[in-house]
Amino acid sequence: MSATARSVETGSQADGFGARLVWAVSDTFVLTRRNLVKYVRIPESLFFSSVQPVMFVLLFRYVFGGAIRTPGVSYVNYLIPGIFVQTMAFGAVNTAIGLAEDLQKGIIERFRALPMARSSVLAARTLADLLRNVGVAVLIAAVGFAVGFRIGTNVAAFLAGIGMILVFAYALSWGFAVIGLFAPNSETAQVMSFPVLFPLTFASSAFVPVASMPSWLQGFASHQPVSVAVDAARALMVGGPTTSAVWQSVAWSVGIVVVLAPVAVRRYRTST
Amino acid sequence: MTYAIEAHELAKRFKGGVVALDGVSFAVEEGSVFGLLGPNGAGKTTVVRILTTILGTDGGSATVLGHDVSREPDLVRSLFGLAGQYAAVDENLTGRENLVMVGRLNHLPRKVAERRAAELLEEFELVGAADRTLKTYSGGMRRRIDLAAALVTRPSVLFLDEPTTGLDPQSRAGLWAVIESLVGAGTTVLLTTQYLEEADRLASRVAVVDNGRVISQGTPDELKAALGATVLAVGLHDAATAERAERALAPLSEKSPHRSGTAVELPVDGGPRIAMEALRVLDQLGIEPVTFVLREPSLDDVFLALTGRSAEGAAGEGVSVAPGSSEVGAAPQARPGRSAGARR
Repeated sequence: MSATARSVETGSQADGFGARLVWAVSDTFVLTRRNLVKYVRIPESLFFSSVQPVMFVLLFRYVFGGAIRTPGVSYVNYLIPGIFVQTMAFGAVNTAIGLAEDLQKGIIERFRALPMARSSVLAARTLADLLRNVGVAVLIAAVGFAVGFRIGTNVAAFLAGIGMILVFAYALSWGFAVIGLFAPNSETAQVMSFPVLFPLTFASSAFVPVASMPSWLQGFASHQPVSVAVDAARALMVGGPTTSAVWQSVAWSVGIVVVLAPVAVRRYRTST
Repeated sequence: MTYAIEAHELAKRFKGGVVALDGVSFAVEEGSVFGLLGPNGAGKTTVVRILTTILGTDGGSATVLGHDVSREPDLVRSLFGLAGQYAAVDENLTGRENLVMVGRLNHLPRKVAERRAAELLEEFELVGAADRTLKTYSGGMRRRIDLAAALVTRPSVLFLDEPTTGLDPQSRAGLWAVIESLVGAGTTVLLTTQYLEEADRLASRVAVVDNGRVISQGTPDELKAALGATVLAVGLHDAATAERAERALAPLSEKSPHRSGTAVELPVDGGPRIAMEALRVLDQLGIEPVTFVLREPSLDDVFLALTGRSAEGAAGEGVSVAPGSSEVGAAPQARPGRSAGARR
């Protein structure tokens, strides 16, 4: 008898689950659109956030580049895969800022009082930042080609490299979501992000060969996730053995999501 | 009698042991407007956040249209509309986009959400501003779009958390008219306010909240009757004269006078008649007032009558309020771990 009751219950839950899933997807799209509209409505923010990566390209290509030795590869070809990863990693800070701002302004509190899927706020935020990063990738590619970067492999491998970096940036978004949910406001979220971001992006193989660093730093610099992603991107875009590097990078991305997404979700549920 | 909203012994503690609610109970009849009246930090917003499922309780229970807010939160969320103190709408979206978004998040089909948005823009006289971003809206317009957003699904229960705080008198009057027309349509409204005038104008029953407790409940008339219809406020040259004036004026009313510094206030029933008598009494004693005013009672007067303390003082007890600013949300309403000034 209890078995019957249970099966009926499960049946209705399965229906309910299907409907809930459809609504969760719908809610996520509605909110993703809302998050992206901001970039259209504040073109200044879009413009100036595009200036920064361009400056990085120009700075390293023409100012620092001449002093950096990269055996076996021209510096511009060494640099651009690194710039892709660094820029998108920086872009993940938007996840922290966006969430902190929404919490601060009370919009998330309002969302909590609507009959929408709980999961959609975080899903939409990270999805919007992923889509934003697609735009960033196009920008970096354009600037990269303009300053002399050339694909050393083939177009498919190059695009695979960008795809892999997008996956990595999406994973980082979940990490920065945690920061955004713990930060008291968007300014602090930004400030809190940099101590994480700077060592990861600069003590990495993005701009200089790890071999040029002091030995105590090399252990960290060659195995941390940004370096792994940069090495994989470089192999896919410029040339070199790819399989192991790409798998390592994907493993990092999956690992970051598996560990930090539940932290973000739990924090989101309890932060009111 | 059917109740649309029932709160039973609601309790809430925040981090650091701050008691926000200490057994709040009330019931709101279907189709009526119920006012929660109290100063900043009294716990009004906490009550609303619990009833709207945003916040859990540490004790007690509550129902909206018969459904328990902690046991059936998903269902409850589909029953009410909420408009808040800080209009929580997206300022990068247009008025129309905000309404459509809320409609979509309430799972209305796109076409229906768009039609409903157009209706509400019409109703709230925002057609001209419909396709401008909210950044260009005035404070009053933001509250109106916020209220419109709460009405997208035509909910039969509406929570209004300090809907007119910080608005100019004209916008306030406009919003009151809207709320009154809603009530005419049979919507149950729970309203929180710091203004006795607002509760008097809109609510059929009022609960006065102080330090997380309901200290008085009744119709606005009952509340005012306990208070005196008007307040006679007299300002004197110095404290000593004020003391003499207090003694001289005391026999004029059944209510006892209140003196702070050089000011004496006396709740009175007689209005102008008492005022004339008061002037005669003061004249006989050779006391010449600096100011002499008959005014409507305020929340402060209600507090004095009920607790012997002013509303400002009440907010400062047991909870922390940023010194010198009564506008800053007090600790119990603030999001734990977030600065009070930064909320919403």
